[in-house]
Amino acid sequence: MELLDHLALGFSTALSFNNLFYAFLGSVLGTLIGVLPGLGPLATISMLLPFTFGLDPLEALIMLAGIYYGAAYGGSTTAILVNLPGETSSVVTVIDGHQMARQGRAGVALATAALGSFFAGCVGTFILAAFAAPLTQLAFSFGPAEYFSLMAMGLVGAVSLASGPLIKSIGMIVLGLLLGLVGTDVASGAMRYTFGLPQLWDGIDFVVIAVGIFAFGEVITSLERKEIRDALSSPITRLWPSWQDFKDMAPAVLRGSAIGSLVGVLPGAGLSLASFFAYSLEKKTSRTPERFGKGAIQGVAGPEAANNAAAQTAFIPTLTLGIPGSATMALMLGAMIVHNIQPGPQVMTTNPTLFWGLIASMWIGNLMLVILNLPLVGIWVKLLSVPFRVLFPAIILFCCIGVYSVQNSIFDIYLAAGFGLFGYVLHKLHCEPAPLMLGFVLGPMIEENFRRALVLSKGDFSVFVTRPISAVLLAITAILLIMVAIPAIRSRRQEAFEE
Amino acid sequence: MKTVNHRDVGAGLLYVVLGLAFTIGASGYRMGTAARMGPGYFPFWLGVILTVIGAVVIFNAVRSRVAAEPMERWSMRGLLTVLACVVAFGFLLPHAGLIVSVLFLVIGVSFAGPDFSWRVALATAAVLLALTLALFVWLLDLQFTIWPPFATF
Repeated sequence: MELLDHLALGFSTALSFNNLFYAFLGSVLGTLIGVLPGLGPLATISMLLPFTFGLDPLEALIMLAGIYYGAAYGGSTTAILVNLPGETSSVVTVIDGHQMARQGRAGVALATAALGSFFAGCVGTFILAAFAAPLTQLAFSFGPAEYFSLMAMGLVGAVSLASGPLIKSIGMIVLGLLLGLVGTDVASGAMRYTFGLPQLWDGIDFVVIAVGIFAFGEVITSLERKEIRDALSSPITRLWPSWQDFKDMAPAVLRGSAIGSLVGVLPGAGLSLASFFAYSLEKKTSRTPERFGKGAIQGVAGPEAANNAAAQTAFIPTLTLGIPGSATMALMLGAMIVHNIQPGPQVMTTNPTLFWGLIASMWIGNLMLVILNLPLVGIWVKLLSVPFRVLFPAIILFCCIGVYSVQNSIFDIYLAAGFGLFGYVLHKLHCEPAPLMLGFVLGPMIEENFRRALVLSKGDFSVFVTRPISAVLLAITAILLIMVAIPAIRSRRQEAFEE
Repeated sequence: MKTVNHRDVGAGLLYVVLGLAFTIGASGYRMGTAARMGPGYFPFWLGVILTVIGAVVIFNAVRSRVAAEPMERWSMRGLLTVLACVVAFGFLLPHAGLIVSVLFLVIGVSFAGPDFSWRVALATAAVLLALTLALFVWLLDLQFTIWPPFATF
């Protein structure tokens, strides 16, 4: 079995002391920051990214993956304990999770989330490992036209599945693409939009945009919210679910894992969509639907399993095709580029240790989260009671130091402040910033492939529709656009999100 | 009471302004042809697309009137304090060193937080300074000017 060989290689890499340590460090840091209310995974990852840049590529990626899971898991903890979803994917966890907490079953809810996530993570990792090789083979037959169409589909897919008005989100993507073009044009060497500033010759660093828009933006926004906290004060007494709880959650976890693995591969809001789907499925198939919203354990187990499975399979397009499906994945992709790894099909063949080591450490990271989080839940609860006025200066300080440390550039700090202002304006205008990040990371790639495709076809635009794979991808893009644009479907989509 | 969706008008205007800015910027670069694209080609058309999207957003906002929603409060205090402190941090870092910059930033942004008190702000600043020195200077070995240049011992 080739797959087993690959996994063996991966585990032998991931189980080295250093790599285990970075997986551990990443998970702890991710959870630590992710638990803080008002700081979603995007902000968490943006803030911690720069501190991984000094490591070896594999160590850095392992730590980042740990941060990514930790942040997602921390978000669920906040959702259950504080009734405050840190991210869209834990919006549904709040419903039943917090009810369980109020009934004194916070520990059980947290354990359910952890165990369900772990199981789903295993399934997701296995699917990722199994599908990586064949997809990579497919990707090798892609030319620039196919890549362009694939990215177009990814971008449109990302916004059509996400909530919010489609046209505004597409605007954000285009704006992101444009911002991605700032700097030296690779093909001609011309400077674009640099205003004569040498600091912009290499383009805007993605950490600057991420920290500015997500971290600063979120902190400033939460500064104006009156603090309404429904935090849990009673100590967590029982962690381990009872036999009955296990029997209740097991099928939900299985269904959630299946849904999550499928939906996660789709570009876009894979995680939140997966948890929404899983929640409504649990509610529909349940024999006691009236218990949902009142602390049903299935309402925690299903969505948590689904979003963790999706978190795992979301790596499939990123790692095999080099095309991120979400803003979070765009950050991971940006981090790989910082380490001189151009994500795409060639990574698996040219650097198999890195590729399989990363996959194996994803599984290890999931395991660590379970081992870590259940005993340490008390610490996370304490952290929740740290007042905001102490926390936010720390967040801002670490962001500033992080942004500076990427290139030892004061200019980057100023630029991040500028993007903080921009992020705040976007928030006030209800413009979703995540598609901007996606567009930003894909901007240079999409231009390069667009150009190359047209060079090869001698300027004939029909190349995008005459090559079969490209045509199919563009057709899917068009169908997605039409589906979302038609009012009847639009209103149903809204209902689905409100539900 | 029905009114125009101010938020979307604002968003549309933002797109139009930025779209035009990028388009105008791109027209200063060599355009080239589709087969041999110059640096201006791709951004020019993206800018045009963004402008059109902005126009559509404005059109939709003006046409479909929604129930009047009070515009959210813009808390200038939090926004300006945080941004000003971040900029000041950037300015102070090379001139006054890390210690002064960290203290300034932490105490400064604390003013934007809920119920400011000197005691809490000073304590937070002290703890964060110790953390910064331990983590970033000692452990991660990031390169900073630590002391103010005029006070180098």
